Amino acid sequence: MSTDPNNLESLVNRRYEHGFVTDIEADSLPPGLDEGIVRAISAIKKEPEFMLEWRLKAYRHWLTMQEPEWAHVHYPQINYQDISYFSAPKSDSDRPKSLDEVDPKLLETYDKLGIPLHERARLAGVAVDAVFDSVSVATTFKEKLNDAGVIFCPFSEAVIKHPELIKKYLGSVVPHRDNFFAALNSAVFSDGSFVYIPKGVRCPMELSTYFRINAANTGQFERTLIIADEGSYVSYLEGCTAPMRDENQLHAAVVELVAMKDAEIKYSTVQNWYPGDEDGKGGIYNFVTKRGDCRGDNSKISWTQVETGSAITWKYPSCILRGENSVGEFYSVAVTNNMQQADTGTKMIHIGKNSSSTIVSKGISAGRAQQSYRGLVRVMPQAQGARNHTQCDSLLIGKECGAHTFPYMEVKNPSAKVEHEATTSRISENQLFYCRQRGISEEDAVNMIVNGFCKEVFKELPMEFAVEAQALLNVSLEGAVG
Amino acid sequence: MLEVKNLKASIGGKEILTGLNLSVKAGEVHAIMGPNGSGKSTLAQVIAGHADYEVTSGAVEFLGKDLLDLDPEERAREGIFLGFQYPVEIPGVNNAYLLKAAVNAKRKHHGMDEIDAFEFLKLAREKMTMLGMDPVFLNRGVNEGFSGGEKKRNEILQMAMLEPSLAILDETDSGLDIDALKAVANGVNSLRDPERAIVLVTHYQRLLDYIEPDYVHVLSGGQIIRSGDKSLALELEDRGYEWVVEAASA
Repeated sequence: MSTDPNNLESLVNRRYEHGFVTDIEADSLPPGLDEGIVRAISAIKKEPEFMLEWRLKAYRHWLTMQEPEWAHVHYPQINYQDISYFSAPKSDSDRPKSLDEVDPKLLETYDKLGIPLHERARLAGVAVDAVFDSVSVATTFKEKLNDAGVIFCPFSEAVIKHPELIKKYLGSVVPHRDNFFAALNSAVFSDGSFVYIPKGVRCPMELSTYFRINAANTGQFERTLIIADEGSYVSYLEGCTAPMRDENQLHAAVVELVAMKDAEIKYSTVQNWYPGDEDGKGGIYNFVTKRGDCRGDNSKISWTQVETGSAITWKYPSCILRGENSVGEFYSVAVTNNMQQADTGTKMIHIGKNSSSTIVSKGISAGRAQQSYRGLVRVMPQAQGARNHTQCDSLLIGKECGAHTFPYMEVKNPSAKVEHEATTSRISENQLFYCRQRGISEEDAVNMIVNGFCKEVFKELPMEFAVEAQALLNVSLEGAVG
Repeated sequence: MLEVKNLKASIGGKEILTGLNLSVKAGEVHAIMGPNGSGKSTLAQVIAGHADYEVTSGAVEFLGKDLLDLDPEERAREGIFLGFQYPVEIPGVNNAYLLKAAVNAKRKHHGMDEIDAFEFLKLAREKMTMLGMDPVFLNRGVNEGFSGGEKKRNEILQMAMLEPSLAILDETDSGLDIDALKAVANGVNSLRDPERAIVLVTHYQRLLDYIEPDYVHVLSGGQIIRSGDKSLALELEDRGYEWVVEAASA
C-alpha cells in the first residue's frame, strides 16, 4: 500500500472504483418470502438460469427445516415473513435526518476510533449523499490484481462473468442443506465477495473489504467464496472496526473457502456490528456460517477473528482437513459487554492423514453479557496421525457476566493426539488496585490486562488490523469496571 | 511529609484503626511493628487508598494535600508507593510494559514528557543489576510464576524506577531468604534520600539489621502505643510485644 495503512481515514475513503457498487434500479421487495420473491431477487440481479435453480432448491429445502435452538442464546422469535429480502438503499425518509438523531454513544465511539466526520454519517445510516473521491489507488490495485490473474469482484459480478467457477465451487463447502441459516442465505443472498487465486500465484496484496465499504446494504445476506488454487496464497481481511449500524436486524452470511494442494488462505475478521444500546435494543443478530475446505494435500486455512459487535452472535468458522498434512487454525477474540450474547467457536474435521489443527479462543465477558465457546474436534478413522491443540480461555470482568465452554471431541483414530486446555479467570480487584497504586488509571489497567490476555491472537492479525483491534477492544470495554 | 491525625478506619463494619497518629518527615525511615492483627497492613492500605477500607474519621495529609480526597492512582502519581505484602500476578501483561506505563503516568502527571524507550530500558537494567535481578524478568508477565523473593525484588525495582517521595513497604521481608533479604535491603538503602521518607511495616527486627530506622513505632489495637528509636526494636525482639501492650493499657 502506498499510503500509511494505519490511517483509517485513507482506508475508509478508498473506493473500489470498477466493482462493488451494484447498479440496480429497483425498489425494495415487499416483506415476506416465497418462490416469487426468490425469483424476483434473481431477476433483479439478472442472474443466469442455473443460479435461480440453485436458489430455488435451497429455498425449497429451507421450508423443511427448523430454526436451531441449541445455541446458548436467547432472542424473541424471528418472523421470516416480516423481513424484506431485497431492499434498495433505504429511502431517505426512513433514515435519521442528521447525526443529531443518532445514538450519542455511537457518535462518541466514532470519535474515539478516529472515524472521519463525513464517514460517521454513512456508518450511522444517515441520509446523506455520500460522495467519495474516487481514489486512483484502487484502480492501481485492480490492475495489479489483473496482472497476477487474481479475480476479486462482487459475487453478483462473478455469477455473470465466471459462471464456470461459481458452478464448480458454490455450495461445495457449505451446501444449502447444511443448516437453517445457510439454506436461507442460499435462497436469498444479496451480494458479497468472490476471490479466485490461480495456480502458483501469491496474491500481491492483502484483499480487504475496505475497498467495498461503500457498497451499502449488501450485508444482510452476504455470500463470500474464496478459492485458492494449487500452490497459491491469499490473505483476506473482512470487516471494519467502526460500529456499523443497519436497519436489518437479522444477518445470515455464508463464507466458503477452498484451498487446493499446497495452497494457503488466511482469513482475518474484525467485526463490530452495532451491539445495541446498553439494554441490547436495536442490536444486530449475526448468524454466520463460515467454513474452509482444505481440499488438497499440504493446504492450510487460518481463521483469525476479533468480534466485539452484534447483540447476538452465532458463528463457528470451521475447517475440513481433507488433504494429507493439511493445517487448520482458529484464533479468536470475542468480546461481549452489556447485554450481548455470543455462542461462538470452531469445528476442525480431520480426514486427511497427519492433518493438524490449532484452536486458540479468548473470550472476554463484561457487564451482563453471556458468552459460550462451542468447539468440535472430530478425527475420522482414516486420519492417521492427526493432531489438535485447543486452548480456550475466558476472562470475566465484573460479577454479572458469564462464560460457558462446550468442547466436543470425537476421535475415531487411535493414533490421533488431541489436547484441550481451558482456563477461566476474572480481572480481580487486587490486580486493579495494584495497577492503580502504580499510578495507572483503572481503565488503562483493564485495557492492559485485556490486551495481555489477547496477545496470542492479535499477533496473528496483519499489523494494521492488530493495532485497530486493540483500540477497538479498549473502546468496547469502556466503563466495564466500576 | 505525612501527617496522620486520629485516623479511624474499618473494613466490613469492623473498626481496625482506632485513632492513629503518625508524623513522618522527609529523609526519615520509620519502622512500624506490632503483633498480628494490630492494623499494620490496614494502615498501609488506607494510605494507598484501597476501596475496601472505610475511613470513618481523622485526617491524612501528604505534602500539604488532603490525601483522603484522592483516588489511589492520584496518590501514586503524587509520590506514594506501596510495596505490597503479596504482589499480585497479572498474567499476559509484560513486566516492562506495566513499569513503563507507571513511570509515564507519573511523568505525565508532573507535566513531563514520556520516557524514551531506550532510556527506560537502560535505567531498568541498571536498577535490576543493583537488585541482582536477571533482565529476563522485564519480559515476563507481571509477577507471573515469580518466587516469593523475586516478587519482592520486583516491588523494589518498581520503587526504584518510580522514585516516590514516600515509600511504604508492607512486610517486604516476609518469605525472603537471607540473600534475597540483603538484596532487597541494599535496594532500599540505596534509595534513602533526604527528600524521601520510608515506612517499613514489619514483624521482625531482622530487616532492621539491614535497614536502620530513625524511629520505631509499636502498633496495637489500631493505635500507636509506643515510639522510640532503633533500640526499641531490639527490646521488642528480646521481650516480645506483651509488655508494651500491658504498659499502654495500664
